Amino acid sequence: MKQRTLLKLAWQSILKNKMRTLLTMLGIVIGVGAVIVMVAVGNGAQSQIAASITSLGTNLIVVSPGSSAQGGVSQGAGTFNRLTTADAVQLKLDGTMLSAVSPVIQTRAVVIGPAGNWRTSINGVSPDYFTIRDWSVTSGDIFDDTDVKAARKIALLGATVAKNLFPGVDAVGAQIQIGHVPFIVSAVLAVKGQNSTGADQDDVILMPYTTAQNRLSGNVRLGQILVSTFSPGDIPAAQAEITDIMRNVHKLGDSPDDFTVRNQTEIAAAATATTSVMSGLLAAIASISLVVGGIGIMNIMLVSVTERTREIGIRMAIGARGSDVLTQFLVESVVMSILGGIGGLIAGYAGSLLLAHFTGWSTAVPASAVLIAVGFSAGVGVFFGYYPARKAAALNPIEALRYE
Amino acid sequence: MTSPGAPADVARAVIEITGVTKVYSMGTNKVFALRGVDLTVRAGELLCIMGSSGSGKSTLMNVLGCLDVPTSGHYVLDGIAVDGLDRNALADLRNQKLGFVFQGFNLLARTSAVENVELPLLYDREHRWSDPRKLAVEALGRVGLGDRLDHQPSELSGGQQQRVAIARALVTKPTILLADEPTGNLDSHMTVEVMALFQDLNAQGITIVIVSHEPDVAKYAKRVVEVRDGKIIHDDPVTERHSAAEDLLALGKVDPVVVTDATPVAVGAA
Ligand SMILES: Nc1ncnc2c1ncn2[C@@H]1O[C@H](COP(=O)(O)OP(=O)(O)OP(=O)(O)O)[C@@H](O)[C@H]1O
Ligand SMILES: [Mg+2]
Repeated sequence: MKQRTLLKLAWQSILKNKMRTLLTMLGIVIGVGAVIVMVAVGNGAQSQIAASITSLGTNLIVVSPGSSAQGGVSQGAGTFNRLTTADAVQLKLDGTMLSAVSPVIQTRAVVIGPAGNWRTSINGVSPDYFTIRDWSVTSGDIFDDTDVKAARKIALLGATVAKNLFPGVDAVGAQIQIGHVPFIVSAVLAVKGQNSTGADQDDVILMPYTTAQNRLSGNVRLGQILVSTFSPGDIPAAQAEITDIMRNVHKLGDSPDDFTVRNQTEIAAAATATTSVMSGLLAAIASISLVVGGIGIMNIMLVSVTERTREIGIRMAIGARGSDVLTQFLVESVVMSILGGIGGLIAGYAGSLLLAHFTGWSTAVPASAVLIAVGFSAGVGVFFGYYPARKAAALNPIEALRYE
Repeated sequence: MTSPGAPADVARAVIEITGVTKVYSMGTNKVFALRGVDLTVRAGELLCIMGSSGSGKSTLMNVLGCLDVPTSGHYVLDGIAVDGLDRNALADLRNQKLGFVFQGFNLLARTSAVENVELPLLYDREHRWSDPRKLAVEALGRVGLGDRLDHQPSELSGGQQQRVAIARALVTKPTILLADEPTGNLDSHMTVEVMALFQDLNAQGITIVIVSHEPDVAKYAKRVVEVRDGKIIHDDPVTERHSAAEDLLALGKVDPVVVTDATPVAVGAA
């Protein structure tokens, strides 16, 4: 039998059962649609994260403790957190391509103000930090190197902290307590908003890193050193320079790096790698509904084989071979699932547009989605259509004809 | 191997079966549906296989139609040894050599008359037919349904549905046409109508085998074979052969209402 005739026969029998066909296709429409929406969300999130990391600061390089060769995981107590403020000082002194260097000392503490308590993160930094992060203040002043030397007990409140501790009042000049130590509020920082992972960047207190080291107790550690270069072109050379200086300071000799130097692009790649795992997971979950849709097709095709036993008998009596019957049922299920896939493509595209409109997430349907939708749904059609089709083809003509 | 009803020397044998048996095993029970049947059908015959219910007529017909394989015995169809052929070869034989007409019409539902009729042409593996649609229309014209091409089975009377089925059996120009109780679901007027068509087609040279238990059908055949308990017990030519076309006219003359109305009661009274 010719291909065109086969398609025609399959199409005829699909048209004869419009309602059933539509309901069967709905499973595939939903499956493919869900996969596409998930892929679109993951895809959108990745490009958004990449974009927001690029906007973290200008020509940013981050030095963090632990070797990247060891996957960033510290190997035993000896290698744990070898980053010190001395490293930052040395980088600032020796670096020829580094425009700004700031250590970032991180801890969390409860802050007591006139309006109540507020638990927030405390970052001890150097004045360069404001250049690197391109961060300004709305009132008060940024501290300078003398404040760092003196380890003055001054605090710069992020907008969220200021709003909670001093609602409706200018906080500058007021006194607060951070972990039983009294501090003077020297400035309120400009609003920075959420970062790429949705965390509130304004829920923070900045202070000189010496103050953070000397005055605050608890788990105070140097999380990273932020560096920026004069121009983007300097970045690779600057990374090499930083590595040299750091290896010298740490007296590493032949042993491997106990720190990691990464530029923005590398950080962005690392972050998108995480999200691509996540969006892969989402798509995997969504593809379960595709499998369920496929089982729906198999179910309908099985019912259809039983229902059309007599028809199969007639076809065989007038000369259809088993393979003709097999192909007809297979073509029917593949045509149904491909139509469902195309429907799902449209539904998924519309769904991701709607989602973007109502949630504000950025979504992007990749071009490969068309291939995924049509390819997967055809695969589903063949996979789940084969068993019923083979069942139909194996029928005995007389028994099929006699079937009531 | 001469059959009494067949024109002795001229016509070639289209069907030749020897010692055919068919045993159905139902658990420990064995049903002997055919117990050694010899039968030769020659080109141009109009043969009627008679017998009471359960005598094995349909079983024989299924064997002749390559729908079923006998338990033992030999079958030669149009010079081809059928014994031991596989499913695909049997399907091709059915498609190329045989035309079927069933008691229950067996048309595809929700499928127009012309689509039903062209179906066997579409399953032809040798692509012998260049324009299935045209041939289907011609076949329907031959059975007098040229004006019902796009009607679905549910929109046709029983007699008309059976004529569509006959057109479907004819369209591939088969060597032989097999009809199992073709009039079983029809009233006596429609029966005569269908028999007139069979006689007409036979007159045009088509070999036909009909299974029936109605003497009313047998009287239109050229030769009657009687089966009992899976064996042929009589094989005779029909001496006083009726013409269905004349009977149809006579029916019309007795009661003109019957022709247009064709209700079973009126026909029975006639
Ligand atoms: N599939 C089957 N399994 C078991 N026994 C069967 C089967 N088909 C037919 N038989 C038996 O074979 C015998 C012959 O059946 P067959 O259908 O050939 O009779 P028939 O002459 O066509 O009868 P009718 O006039 O009622 O159609 C019967 O006794 C029947 O019960
Ligand atoms: Mg029967």
